[in-house]
Formats: sequence, structure tokens, C-alpha cells
Amino acid sequence: MRFPLFLNSEVILLSEVPLLKLENIGKEYYGNRVLSNVSFSLMRGEILGLVGENGAGKSTLMNILFGMPVIGATGGYEGKVIFNGKPVHFTSPTQALAAGIGMVHQEFSLIPGFTATENIQLNREVLNPSLLEYIFSHRMSTLDRDAMRARADTAIRTLGVDISPDMVVAEMPVGYKQFIEIAREIDREQTRLLFLDEPTAVLTETEAEILLKALKKLAESGIAIVFISHRLNEVKELCDRIVVLRDGEVIQEADAKTATVREIASWMVGRAVSEKTEEKPQKSHVIHDETALKVEHLWVDMPGETVRDVSFEVKKGEIFGIGGLAGHGKLGIPNGIMGLSPAGGNVELFGRRIPLNKPRRALDRKMAFVSEDRRGVGLLLDERIDWNITFTAMQVQGRFLRGIPGILQLRDDEAMRKETESLIKLLDIKCTGPAQHAGELSGGNQQKVCLAKAFVLQPDLLLVSEPTRGIDVGAKTLVLDALREYNEGHGTTIIVTSSELEELRSVCDRIAIVGEGRIAGVLPAQRPAEDFGLLMMGQMPHDEMEATA
Amino acid sequence: MIKNFIENAGWPRVIIGLFLLGLFIAAPFVGVRVDTSLSDTLVRFGMNAVMVLAMIPMVQSGCGLNFGLPLGIIAGLLGATLSIELNEKILSWCGQYVNAAAWGAPLSFASAIVMALPIAAVLGFFYGKLLNRVKGDEMMIATYVGFSSVAFMCIAWLLLPYHNPTMIWGYAGAGLRTTISVDGYWFHVLSDFLAFTPFGLDHLYVPTGMILFFAFMAFLVWVFMRSKTGTAMTAVGSNPEFARASGVNVDRMRVISVMLSTMLGAVGILVYEQSFGFIQLYMGPFYMALPAVASILLGGASVNKASILNVAVGTFLFQGILTMTPSVINSVLQTDMSEVIRLIVSNGMILYALTRKVRVKR
Amino acid sequence: MNKTGKSFWALLADNAVPIVFIVISAIAIPLSGFSASYLVQELLVRIGRNSFLILSLLIPIMAGMGLNFGMVLGAMAGQIGLILVSDWSIVGIPGMVLAMMVGTPIAAVLGVFCGNVLNRAKGQEMVTGYILGFFINGVYQLVVLYLMGWVIPITNPILLLSRGYGIRNAVSLIGVRGILDNLIPVSFPFMGGVVRVPLATLLVIAAFCVFIVWFRRTKLGQDMRAIGQSQSVSDSAGIAVNRTRIIAIVISTVLACYGQIIYLQNMGTLNTYNSHDQAGMFSIAALLIGGASVSRASIANVFVGVILFHLMFIVAPMAGKNLIGQAQIGEYFRVFVSYGIIAIALVLHAWKRNRDREAARRSLRGPAEGAKEAA
Repeated sequence: MRFPLFLNSEVILLSEVPLLKLENIGKEYYGNRVLSNVSFSLMRGEILGLVGENGAGKSTLMNILFGMPVIGATGGYEGKVIFNGKPVHFTSPTQALAAGIGMVHQEFSLIPGFTATENIQLNREVLNPSLLEYIFSHRMSTLDRDAMRARADTAIRTLGVDISPDMVVAEMPVGYKQFIEIAREIDREQTRLLFLDEPTAVLTETEAEILLKALKKLAESGIAIVFISHRLNEVKELCDRIVVLRDGEVIQEADAKTATVREIASWMVGRAVSEKTEEKPQKSHVIHDETALKVEHLWVDMPGETVRDVSFEVKKGEIFGIGGLAGHGKLGIPNGIMGLSPAGGNVELFGRRIPLNKPRRALDRKMAFVSEDRRGVGLLLDERIDWNITFTAMQVQGRFLRGIPGILQLRDDEAMRKETESLIKLLDIKCTGPAQHAGELSGGNQQKVCLAKAFVLQPDLLLVSEPTRGIDVGAKTLVLDALREYNEGHGTTIIVTSSELEELRSVCDRIAIVGEGRIAGVLPAQRPAEDFGLLMMGQMPHDEMEATA
Repeated sequence: MIKNFIENAGWPRVIIGLFLLGLFIAAPFVGVRVDTSLSDTLVRFGMNAVMVLAMIPMVQSGCGLNFGLPLGIIAGLLGATLSIELNEKILSWCGQYVNAAAWGAPLSFASAIVMALPIAAVLGFFYGKLLNRVKGDEMMIATYVGFSSVAFMCIAWLLLPYHNPTMIWGYAGAGLRTTISVDGYWFHVLSDFLAFTPFGLDHLYVPTGMILFFAFMAFLVWVFMRSKTGTAMTAVGSNPEFARASGVNVDRMRVISVMLSTMLGAVGILVYEQSFGFIQLYMGPFYMALPAVASILLGGASVNKASILNVAVGTFLFQGILTMTPSVINSVLQTDMSEVIRLIVSNGMILYALTRKVRVKR
Repeated sequence: MNKTGKSFWALLADNAVPIVFIVISAIAIPLSGFSASYLVQELLVRIGRNSFLILSLLIPIMAGMGLNFGMVLGAMAGQIGLILVSDWSIVGIPGMVLAMMVGTPIAAVLGVFCGNVLNRAKGQEMVTGYILGFFINGVYQLVVLYLMGWVIPITNPILLLSRGYGIRNAVSLIGVRGILDNLIPVSFPFMGGVVRVPLATLLVIAAFCVFIVWFRRTKLGQDMRAIGQSQSVSDSAGIAVNRTRIIAIVISTVLACYGQIIYLQNMGTLNTYNSHDQAGMFSIAALLIGGASVSRASIANVFVGVILFHLMFIVAPMAGKNLIGQAQIGEYFRVFVSYGIIAIALVLHAWKRNRDREAARRSLRGPAEGAKEAA
């Protein structure tokens, strides 16, 4: 009853026309192409699996379809979106919602202190008619709690779960919250198309099964679904068709029933190997037999990047890569080792144990860290470049100070300036001088300042997280080259964490792939990209992995 | 060029500065002596500057504006009253080493500072611990911690066992008076040091000692902010996550900054009292934080960045307006609008800073 | 068993503030030596006098804007209304109603201003509202002390300072004194005394309570509750966050204006330059003593608070005098309590919020292996 289209004869007539049709969608962010020529269509009641690596363009595509303001603010998009037979161009999420597109995000947007009913009906409450409505606005009408409850109950039941509409969201298990989010979208009478962004990531296996069943039921009632997930088995089970995105292009459109998981994984990562990587001369640096870093059973409690149980070893002089999908814990590893996130387990540097949870102790042992959160952790945006670069060395190693140690030591501005100037030259940081504030620099130059800060510490072990995130192509190469040169020049052991596999393959000796908080496997960088892709999807057969390790 | 200057100085300062300049220019025409006014401004500057200086450490470490200044003031008041209560004992003890008769006033004043500082340090320590638990709400809580400690001390002033007859109520024989004269103890001990009247202008009294004392305190703060700890403190205020990742103990830095602010507040009120001539107890310290907060903001500080230049400029402008408006405006309008102008200017400045901060951040 | 024990302690902890005050009162009442009928009479008067003002704080708390320190703006608007009505010599209920009518637009304009300022200082609403109170106090003084009798015509010389303009420090509100309290004269004998009940005032307060109960059930009330819990979620659900916040403040300011008029008709004298200051502080302290927090307050909190706070207010000086021989101590004690209670409430709130934030962060984390072991 809840879905009028199902009963509407007009709908049946139109049912051969695709509900959603994308024609040559393209998008550029500041000259950086993230989507090009994306075309596919979706029928009523069809479930489409959209898969791709992080950064393949999935979220940009969703932002376009959902009318997120960020798209308009960065120059709009190319191509045509046809929804329900009419070309549309949403400029705000409200328009998309009104047209009948619903979206369930990875982060919950629920109000914790409200009941399921209140959340499902948020800003769409059923109101009692009232005179005041005409004098002031509809906001002066009282809520019809019974009607609201009944509607919420129907929406929840449609999903095939048994959640009380009076339950407060804050007291719900995570899985329930996900259901409430979906219930909210289907409670909207006009919803015809539903986007689900990794809805099963937070669910237990049973909950995920219930959800998949519920989604199938929804599809049967005529709602089209776009399902985004990294769990390829689920995608295969649920979806009718699969669209694989890679580097902003549709690489493959396939029938979900016939494509194998291995095929899907290779489509996702198997980009043509760039010439640059081919040409790269064999790494000229020396890898010693001595173990630099030994990590055993490390767990890290970092929000969104939980590390469960990780063990690995890095040789002296090696460049070691850590890759994996976002949210699987690769960023937790360096943050845990450096003491920035609560962690446990055993970490040894050159045979001596490093106490965890104490950033100072890690720094004392000549480890340096370039954080993935450049603006939040990496920089003092409101301070001068020379402060940014020398501060850690000053605090930890007592350098750049003048005076009598233990009695009175003041900043040595001259030494700070000199050191900074030499690093500005070395790394080619584009700035007006050591006195410029770090916040005024471009992303790439900020990243170089972060590297400079780490170099000043003269580390034995350098941990670099997402060194090229959010910087343009030219700067990327410079940053990676700087890392490589530093490694070659000083014999420093480096651990690079990155979501860009190609980047890791171009600079590292070995790469560990992290999945669900554990090491899925460690492979030499020369292995074909497809193998890494399979590891990421958790699909590498066990024996095969043993053979390569 | 002018545009550049205005941008650097900020509109509020330029407007207030021009307003103050206008007042000085208008003064002779309405029969107000410029030299007296200037002298008053200087004296008030000296009286208040150290209390304004007390804002710097907390602002720099990211604890926000020190609305809890009354806590430091209470420490100063305890030091002041103790120095008077124990005056004879202190002087006789010092008499063993120096000529207590000649150095009586300075010694007594120094003893007030010496006794006030540890009290301030202890109060500041606990106050800092408290503020660490309520990150994000420091300013509102500081305000009410200040208020309630003042109210608490009101009870304490009544009950503490002081005996010096110059300080306690004559009729009751117990409980400290509302105002206590420091005449005969350390009245003008700093103000009159090297004080002079330049150019033969009898009305232009320059409280050299007090200003030198401020300069000395400012120098200490300047040196501290350049030390390793001071640098770390600034970084904590600028980006606590950065500081933590650089191995700095963020909470410890914040506590140190609160202790320093509280100690400076204690010294500040002593400087104020030696010039004013009276110790004001009970509700006296109640609203002392607001003018100090307004001064440093007027000087160009923001909620999380402040410099000694901000202190000097802000205190001068604020006290200048406070001195000049009653005299000049009174003469023009035949009415005293100083209180109203003080309220609007000082709270307007604080509002400006509070609303501006959010805009910069997001 | 463990569970019930825990909930008992939790209940105790949740209501710690009112319980402490009940204990203080229980000790201080016999010490003060006041008769029961006197206390009941005083309390009834004070409930009538203060409840309306305190109730005006509820709506911004609902909208997540904390304690509305900006309510003094409304109080000032009410005072301007009363001053003008006194000047026009309109007495009785018409005078009160007219004062409210004059005060309403002023309060509404101030409320819009206040709401806009607070929207620019999100997360710092309380300190900003507090400073805003001082700022507007300056403007109020400018108007009342300089413009009234000069730009704004004031004809009644009794109101004016001897210099010919500006309102006197104390204005006698003889025309509206007790007018609402005594509208419906009711009294009953009680434990050897006679207690008069300000019935009409209590009825107005009851009507206000009904209004709040109704308001909570409206869509606007629901939107405010949503915004109070999460601005970002409400925004993405299409609720006009900033506008709703402004409406909350405007309602609170206008109601505070009425509250101050009711308060002053009971007092009968207007302290032109102080009344509003105390209105804010005492209302907030009373609400918190009633067990409210910065983010949650109910009508029950208002009445429990007004009774406990004023009970202490009445008995503390006498108790102090009888105990130590100094009324002054009791006087300072209640000042200390008023500020201290606000400080403690703010600390507890911030503390809890920081802990909740930490807990929310934790819920984003998956369970880490070792964390499980450790637990």
C-alpha cells in the first residue's frame, strides 16, 4: 500500500523506460578529472552494484545525483541525468529528495535522543490540523503521535525487522540504526531510487542477511537500488547488475550472476600499468638484513580505522608500504606505533621495545611521523613555517635553543631560520620565506613542510601516512621523489601508508595489504596489481598467499 | 599605506584610537587639562597593565580569556592582608639583614608578593586541573568559578583570624573591613619610585616605578614565551593535536599557563592597590576580570592569540577612554556618561572577539 | 540486586543538587526560628514572583542553546514598558497589559538581535549571551539614563532625576503594585497565621505551564528538540536551524519581559539599574537548584528550584545570625551558593559532554582485539 507506483497503471506502462539514465557524466575538481564519460541506466526494481576502489569516483557520482552543493560550488558537472524519463539537474539534496531519490550514508544521521518513530519522521511529522497553522505556520500544529507511530511501524516492517518504533536510537545496537536510516528513506512516499553506501559495513553477518533480504523485498515493490559495497560476495548475491568504476570511468558492466569475484576484483584494480613505473630503474638503495621495526600483535583503537591484530617486520633501509581500503585499519598502524591512538601489542625498533601510547617516547627513539591529517595534526596553521618545521626537534631533541641547559634556554631564531631556509631550498617549498604562516600555503607545499618537519628530526624510522592525499599531480611526484631520495641519501627506513596502490608500488619494496584490521598479506611491489586487488577484497586463496609470502 | 595600517591595526583599534585622540584634542577647549588627563591615564595604565598581562599565558595555551582573574586577585588580596598583619614580624626578621627602617615599605610590599605567589600557584594548579576537564567551556566556567570564589572569600574575610586593628572592624573586633588603607605600609611604593614631573608641568605626574615594574613583568613574560616551555604552550594553544604529536604534554602545559595567569593576577592586584592606596575586599574583585579582558581584546588580541604589544596598546586605549570620557564628555554634555561608555565599549569588544573567532575557525 | 542498587545511586546522583539543598534547608529552617505560616506565605509570594521568569528559560534549553543568559534583555524590555506606563499614569491591570504590549516589540527586536549574535558564536552561546547582557545593559542605561526625558518624553517629574532627564534609581510602581497578586483575594488560616494566596498570578503561571506543555508537542517544539541534539542532522533533514534558534531566543526574551513585569508588580518598586541583573542570575541559579542541567530542564525543575532556592534565601541570613551571630555570613552564603551552583552545573555539564563525545568517538571504533582482552 505504501508504494503507489506499484499500483499505478501509468507506471506499468512506463516500466520499460529506465528510471535513471546517466549519459556521459563527467566531473573535474580544480583541473583534476575524477569522472569521465560515465553512462549507465537503471530500471525500476533493479538492484545495481556499484563497485570500485577508494577514489574511483563513486562518492563524486553520488554527490552529483544527490545534488550536493559541493558539486555546484566546484563548477558543476558534464553530461545528462535522466530521472523518471525527464532530464533533471539537482542543485540541492532537498530537490533530489523531493524527486524521489533517497540516500543512506555510511555515517549515521540520526538524532540519538529521539525514538525510532521520531527519527524516521524527522521533519516530515504527521500533524494535527489546527487553526494556528493558518495564522502562523504549520510548525504551530501539534504532532499526531499515533499516526506517526503507525507509519514508522509500517516502514520498519517493510524491511522485515522487528524494532519497536518507541525505542530510543541511542540505546540501539549499530545494526538497528542502519535499519532505521533505511526505514526513514522508504517512509518517504515518493522514494523510487535508493542509494546505499556500504550499508553492511557495520552489521553482523545475521543482520547483513536480514538487510539483504529486506532490500530484495524493496526492489520487488518497485524501488530501484544502487548498492555500494566492498564485500563482493554480498554484491554478487544481492545485485542484478554490477558496474565497476575505476579512475572515474566505467570499466565494466556485468551481470552479477555470471561474473566471478576474481574477475570483479581485477576490473577494480587492474589498471594499465603506467609507463613511469615500468621505466623506474631498479631501486638503488641498500636493504640490510638487520630488522629495523618489528611489530607483533598490534591493536589500535583509532576511530574508523581499527587495527585488530597486526604483525610484520621491516628491514633496515627498506621502503615498506601499507595499503588497503579506507576504514580497514591501515592508518591505525602508524598512529598506534607513534602513540597517538590507544594501542597495545609489541613494537620493537632495532630490538628495543617501544612503549606505546606515549608520543614522546616514540619520538625519543628517533622515529618521525608525517600524519595523514595534515591540517588537523601535522601543522600549526596559524604559525610560521620555521616554527612548524623546527618545533618537534626543539621539544624532543632540545635543538634550536640557546642559553644554559636546565636553567634558561630561549628559542634560537637564527638557527631556526637557517635550518628552515635550507629545507625550503631542498624540498622546493613555494613560499615567501620562513616567516610565512603554514596555513597560507597550498596543499602540496604544506605536505612538504610536514616532510621537512620529519627530516629535521633525522629519524632512523620515518612513518608517512597518505603522503599525496589532496595534492595535485605535480606535487605528488615531488613528494614521492623526496621520500625516495631521503631514503637513498640517509639509508632511513621508511613506512608509507597510502590508499593509492600505484603510488605504493612505485616507491616501495614490499607492500602489506590490510583488511578488516589484519594483514591480509605482504607482497613484493613488483607483483601484478591484480594480486593486490584480490588481497584487498579478501579473496586471495590462502595457499596462494603462502606461496608468495 | 593607510589602508595597510588600518588592516594591521584592525578597525576597532583605529576607531577607538581616533576617538581617544579626539578626546585629547577636545580637552583644552572644554577646560580639561591635558597634562592632568595624560597623567591620570598613565597612572591607570600602570595600575591595570599587569592584570591585563595576566591574560597572556591562558590565551596563548588555548584556555581562552581568563574570566577567572578574580582567583588570582584573591591570592593577591591574601598576600596583601597577610603582609599588613605580619608587617612587624617581617620587618624585624628582615632587620637582621638590612636596614628595615629605610626599606620598610619595599620589604613589606615584596613580602606581600612573596606570600601571594604560592597561594596563587596552588589555586591556579587546581583551577587549571578543573579547566582541563571542561575543555571547550572554559570561559563560562571561569567566570562562575571567579564569582563563586569571590563570594566564598566574602565569608572567609569575615571569619579569618586577623588581628591588626587597622584592618578589622572596630566595633565587632573581628572580620576584615571592606576597604583597608595601605598608607603606612606600602602606599605608592612603586608609583613614587623615580616619579617625576617633566617639562616643569606640575600636573603631569609620571609613575615611573610602576611603569618600570610593568615593563619588568612584561619582560619576564616575554622571556618565558620564548623559552622551550613557552614555545610549547603557544603550540598547544595553536593546535593541541600538533603539540601532542610532537611529544608535548598538553594538559600539563595548560595547567602551567593557568598557574602563571593566576600568579600574574595576584601581582597585578598588588600593583593596583599600592597605587590606589586601598585594599578592596569582599565584592571588590567581582567585576575586575571584565575590564582586563576587554583591554587585551581592544589591544588586538583574539580569543587564542595575544602578545605583550596587545596588552600595552589595549590597556592604554581602554584606560585612556575611561579617564577622558568622564572629564571631557562631562564638560560637553554636563553629564557623566563614562559608565555607559565603559559598558558598551568593553562588552562590545568582548562580543566582537567571541563572534569573530567562530568565523575564522569555520 | 546489583542493578537496582546502581539505579538507586544513579537516581541519587541525578538529583544530587536538589537533595543537598533539601538537607541544607532542613538544617537551616529550625535554626532560623521562622514560623511555618511565615515561611509558607513567603514561599507562595516568591513562587508567584519568580516562576514566570524561570519558566522563560526552558525553551532555549530545549533548543540546545543552554541557559539563556540573554534573558536579561527581556527583563530590560519589560522595565522600559513599566517606566513608560508609570509615566502615562495608567494603573491597574490595563497598566500591566499595556506595559507588556510596549515591552513585547522591544523584547522581540532584542531577541532577534541576540539570536543572530548567538548563531555567530555557536558552541559559546552561554558566555556570549552573558556578555551580550552586559552590552545591552550599557545601551539600556544610555536610553534610560540619558535619552528618557530628553529624546523620549517623560512628563512625570517624580520619575526623573533632579537634573531634568534620566530615570531615578528607584521608581515606585504604585500603579501596578500587587495588582495581579491581589486580583482574586484568597487567604486561608495556616498553623496559627493567615496565608494569602496570589491566586491570579499563580493562574497566569499555570497558563504558561500549559503553554509550554503544548509547545513541546508542536512541530516547532519537536524541531527545537531535534536541533538541540544535533544541528547537523536537523540541517540535513531540512529544518531551518538558525531560524529556529532565533525563534527560541525571541520566545524566551519576550516571556522574560512578561516575567519581569510580573516580578516587579509584586515588588512594587523598580531598581532601574539593578533589577534586571539580578533577574538573570537568580532565575538561572533557581532552575539549576531544581535539578535542571544545561541541556535538560522540565517544569518540575522550575518549581522545585524556586521553592528550594528561595527557602534558602529566606532562612540563610537568619540561620547565619542565630548560629554565628552575623547575618552577614548568611547573606554571603546565599550569594556564594547562587554562583557556586551555576559554576558546578556548568562544570558537570561540560564534563559530561566531553565524556559523551569521547563515548561517541569510541562507538565509531570497531572493537579492537586487545581492547577486548583488556576489558
